[in-house]
Amino acid sequence: MTRERPGLLDLTEHLFEFDIYRSRGGYEAARKALGMLPDAVLAEVRDADLKGRGGAGFPAGVKWGFIPRDGGKPVYLCVNADEGEPGTFKDRWLLTHDPHLLLEGIIITAYAVGAHDGFIYVRGEYETAALRLERAIDEARAAGFLGERIFGTEFGLEVMVHRGAGAYICGEETALLESLEGKRGDPRLKPPFPTSVGLFRCPTVINNVETVSNVPRILRDGAETFRKLGRPGDGGTRLFSVSGAVVKPGLYEVPVGAPLKDLIFEHAGGLPPGRTLKAVIPGGLSAPVLRADEIGLPLDGDSLFRAGSMIGSGAVIVIDDGTSMLDVLGIMTRFYAHESCGQCTPCRIGTSWLHKTVVRLASGNGNMEDIDEIARVASAIKGRTLCPMGDAAALPILALVTKFRTELGSRVEEARVRSGSW
Amino acid sequence: MSHGFTPGVLDEVRAVAARYPRREAALLPILRVLQRVSGVLGRAEEELAAELLGFEPIRVREAVTFYSLVRQKPEGRHIIQICINLSCSMAGAGSSLASLQTRLGIGPGETTPDGRFTLLTVECLGNCDQAPCLMVDDDDHGRVREEQLDEILGRYL
Repeated sequence: MTRERPGLLDLTEHLFEFDIYRSRGGYEAARKALGMLPDAVLAEVRDADLKGRGGAGFPAGVKWGFIPRDGGKPVYLCVNADEGEPGTFKDRWLLTHDPHLLLEGIIITAYAVGAHDGFIYVRGEYETAALRLERAIDEARAAGFLGERIFGTEFGLEVMVHRGAGAYICGEETALLESLEGKRGDPRLKPPFPTSVGLFRCPTVINNVETVSNVPRILRDGAETFRKLGRPGDGGTRLFSVSGAVVKPGLYEVPVGAPLKDLIFEHAGGLPPGRTLKAVIPGGLSAPVLRADEIGLPLDGDSLFRAGSMIGSGAVIVIDDGTSMLDVLGIMTRFYAHESCGQCTPCRIGTSWLHKTVVRLASGNGNMEDIDEIARVASAIKGRTLCPMGDAAALPILALVTKFRTELGSRVEEARVRSGSW
Repeated sequence: MSHGFTPGVLDEVRAVAARYPRREAALLPILRVLQRVSGVLGRAEEELAAELLGFEPIRVREAVTFYSLVRQKPEGRHIIQICINLSCSMAGAGSSLASLQTRLGIGPGETTPDGRFTLLTVECLGNCDQAPCLMVDDDDHGRVREEQLDEILGRYL
C-alpha cells in the first residue's frame, strides 16, 4: 500500500481504535462542520467536486442538494458498503482499518442533509469489517460523537450496521433500499430518485464508503485543496484495487487523472517476469476491457468513458498473455447469469443464454457464428433493463467479443479439435 | 407463537427488531439470528419471522429464496466459500478448488458425510489482492497455496 501524498489512506497501526484515530486529529473535521450552517457544509463538499466512488460517479454535493429542505419527512442516510464488483476491495480496507473515518464522514454528511438516522449496509461476507464498525460506533457514542447533542449542539444522529445476505445486485442503490426494507433486492424504477423517494419512501442519501470517507478531509483542508488534487469536475484522490497479473497486487491511492500505466507498472510493479500484458479491465468486471495498446489513459471518469470503458469502482484487473479470453468470457457470463435478480426478461434470460453459449463453445460444440450471436444477444440486453446491471453485463461482454474476436475464434477451434467435434 | 424457540432466542430477535425505526427492516437481521441458532432457515424459522414482523409468510419466503447466504437446507458445521471469479482464477483458484474437492471427497454445493464441511464456490469475496482467496465461516484466508490447505482445514473441527 502506498500513498502519493497526504490523502485518504492513513497506514497508522491500530487506527481502527478510537484513541489512535483521535490522536491523528480524528473527529475535528466533524466538530468544525457542526459549528457551520448545514448549507455551508453542503456547499463546501459541492465545491470540492467529489464524485461518487461506488461506480456511477455522480457528484456527491449535487446529490445532497436534491434532498428537500423541511419536507416534513425524516431524511435517511445509507452508506453503501455492499462491495461486490469483482476486483474491488477498497471499501473492505477502509471499513476494517479506518472505521472512524467513515463515521466522521457520516456525521458530517448527515448534518449537511438533515438526517438523524444512518445505516451502513455491509455485505454479509465482511463480518470482520462489520464487527470493527460496530465497535467504532460504540466508542464514538461513548465519547458523545454519536447519539443526542453531538459536540454539545442540537444535532443528534444514530448509526447502525445492517448486514447484507449475499446478493451482488444489492450494491445497486435502489436494490439496497429494498433489501434494507426487508425485501428481495429487486431494483426500483427511477425516477423517482432516492433523494425524493428512498428508504421507507422518505428522502434518502446513498453514498459509497470511499465517497463518505473523503468528506472529513474536504472539511479539514477545504474544497479548493481537494479539488486541485484531481481534474476539473473530478476532485481529489482515488483508491484503486489492483489485482490479477501484477507483481504487487494491492490498494493504491493516486490523484484523479494519474496515468493508468503508472498504476500498473510503477505502483503495482508491472507484470510478473516472463509475462506480457494482454488486456486491462479498468473499473471492475463490468467495465469494458482495454487492449494492451489502449492503456495510455488518465484515471478519471471522463477519460475512461471517452475510451469506451468506465472507471467504475476503481478495480483494475490486469490480464496477461497466458490467460484465455474465452475463460474470461466464461467467468463474466457465469457471474452475470448468477447475479441477475430476474426482474427484467432481457437480463434474466439473456445472461443465462450467454453463459450457456460460452459453456458450449468451451466444450467444442460451437463456431464463429456463436460469437456473433453472443454479440447480438448482449446488444439486445443493453438499454432494456430498469437498473444498470443489464448494461453492466452487456457492455463488457460486447467489448470482449469485439476486441478479442480473433483469439476467441482460435480458442473455439482448439476446443473443437480437443473434443473431436468436427 | 414460540414455534419451539427458547425465550432467550425470542428475546434476541425482538431486541433486533426494536433497533430499527421500522420493524420490516429487521427481516434480514432476524433471519441471521435464527439461522445461527438453528443452523438452517426452515419453515419454523420463516413462520416465526413472519409473525414477529406481521408479514404474510410468502413475504419471508421471497426473501429467503433470494439471498445466497440464507441456508435453506442443513449444511456442514463449517462452510468453505472459495472464490472462482477472475482474479482468483488467474491466481490458481481452479487447482485450489480441485484440491479441496479431492481432500474432502465432495463437489461444490455438497457436505462431507461427517457433517464437518460444506464446500461452496462463490463470486468475488472482495479480497482480490489476496488471490486466490477463500473463507471458512467468517475467517478470510488469502494467497492460499495448495500445500496450506490441510493446515487451514485442520483448524476447523
